[in-house]
Amino acid sequence: MPEPILQVNNLVKHYGDVQAVRDVSFSVDEGEVFGLLGPNGAGKTTTVEILEGLRNPDGGSVRVCGLDPRVNSRELKHEIGASLQATALPDKLRVMEALRLFAGFYKRRRDPEELLKRFGLEEKRNTYYGQLSGGQKQRLALAMALLNDPRVLFFDEPTAGLDPQVRREIYDIIEELRCDKKTILMTTHYIEEAERLCDRVAIVDHGKVIALGSPRELKERSGGKTRIEVKLARPVNNGALQGLEGVADAREVDGTYVLHTQRPPQAIVSLVKHLEADGNELVSLEIFTPSLEDVFIEMTGRRLRD
Amino acid sequence: MNNFASLTRMRVQLAFRNRMFFFFVIAFPFAMFFLYAAVFAKGVPQTVGFYLGPVIAFNVMGSFWGLSATLVMFREQGILRRFHVAPVTSSDMLASSIVANYILTLPIVFLQLLFARVIFHVPSLGNPISLFILISVGIVSFGSLGLVVASVTSTMQETQVLNQLLWLPLIFLSGATFPLAYLPRLVQRFGLFLPATYLVNGLQQTILNSATPWSRYAEILSLACWAGLTFFLSAQLFRWEPEAAIPRRAKLLVAATAIPFLILGVVENRSDRILLEARSAFLSFTSPVSAPKSSGVDAPGRPPATGNPSKNDEK
Repeated sequence: MPEPILQVNNLVKHYGDVQAVRDVSFSVDEGEVFGLLGPNGAGKTTTVEILEGLRNPDGGSVRVCGLDPRVNSRELKHEIGASLQATALPDKLRVMEALRLFAGFYKRRRDPEELLKRFGLEEKRNTYYGQLSGGQKQRLALAMALLNDPRVLFFDEPTAGLDPQVRREIYDIIEELRCDKKTILMTTHYIEEAERLCDRVAIVDHGKVIALGSPRELKERSGGKTRIEVKLARPVNNGALQGLEGVADAREVDGTYVLHTQRPPQAIVSLVKHLEADGNELVSLEIFTPSLEDVFIEMTGRRLRD
Repeated sequence: MNNFASLTRMRVQLAFRNRMFFFFVIAFPFAMFFLYAAVFAKGVPQTVGFYLGPVIAFNVMGSFWGLSATLVMFREQGILRRFHVAPVTSSDMLASSIVANYILTLPIVFLQLLFARVIFHVPSLGNPISLFILISVGIVSFGSLGLVVASVTSTMQETQVLNQLLWLPLIFLSGATFPLAYLPRLVQRFGLFLPATYLVNGLQQTILNSATPWSRYAEILSLACWAGLTFFLSAQLFRWEPEAAIPRRAKLLVAATAIPFLILGVVENRSDRILLEARSAFLSFTSPVSAPKSSGVDAPGRPPATGNPSKNDEK
């Protein structure tokens, strides 16, 4: 079994009094698409930036392509490609100029022309960076990440702030890279993204990994139960819902009652009966097929998009 | 080396696409030049010659505004982060800033010297080697000052405040705008602690008296040392990330860059060399006795020679 291309052991990082990363460990094998899924402020970006050599950890160790980012930062940068969050290029730099400029920084490089074509930016080759749309800027960022034909790609929230259609374009690009057997570490707070794109996912909350596995494994671990979310006219006791026939688990999250069940029809019937008997009323009811959101709710009692 | 060259190229390219650049680096310096040469000096060649050194020093010093603002903007917008994740070093980034600024400033200064000679018939531009060295060391040292400003400020607002705080004494107390000899004695003494004073005096002496590089060793060496010190410091304090804190030792280290001119200021205050030179330069165009070349030409723009410099201020 070859050494994993990314190795993170008990990583710790704080900013002043804020513990951004408390204890994060995971490893990624070559050719894998690995996702860090978690709400904003969970420590995903900090973890990735430590791996990229942009920040120094306060504890634990990381290895990327067999290198320690603290010691071999310069060499490491030739091996990785990244699209960062909160970054930009000078407004008056043209698309092709940006690609050429950055290509020039690397020992191993790919043809900027080819990347321009592949990322659908041919028509924009002479456009100033400042005049690109959000989606075009992101496509350029991904193209730039590939300039040095990197061994590992880091995509930090690659679709944040993009509208759904553009987001799907980015998904297609990442799926293509996945088919090319590129190793990718991506962060996201979109469940759909993690489920669709990642071979394995680490769910991160408050600087800790709370669950790790393939999306399917994680969902199965939560029992593969359907989630029913109901809003009621009057508050009820969790315990009462918990005891209903067909309901495996019930909890209240922000005024919504979240029930998990393996037998949805049975659970709904018993719920309605219970409410009638209680003189309570159903305001709304939504049914969700099992997703990573359920794993998160189960582990933290909160929603991912808090 | 390769990274440095391509970054320099990018900076020059970006400057030409920036409207602010045209205003501050091209339009404004030429406006200053013509204001002094045509209005204040009334086109009199000797007087233009006297003001030429200060005007060039003024433009050379202006470098630090643009450099600090660009670097802070690059950091604030997350542009530096993008370079950081590529194999680009802080020295690549800083050295390319300095060299791009040099490439952009030198032609402007050259044109001003040319205009002074061709349009205003300044009798002599002095020793060309000394002139070139002083201009070069001036552009580099004040550029490095801009890099230091960028390293101790986090937002554009802070940068502009600090620039303003530095700029005003540099231009008003050094002889760059008002002749040093014309300023009150106490201000003159204070001026001897400012790097700007040495640049102004060095250029003025070179142009008026064709001073050799050797005779200007104090000016050249002090500015060169200062350039080295500020550049080294800005590399130490360089921050890629917008939210990275300014290290506590930064302010102390920045204060240390003042050391060369603190020492030089004490020495020059004792010897009075600079002040005497500035005074004789000032008298050379205000008094016909000390400026025999111009005595035969009663140019309309020349102020009456009363021997009292304060009455002769033309502003």
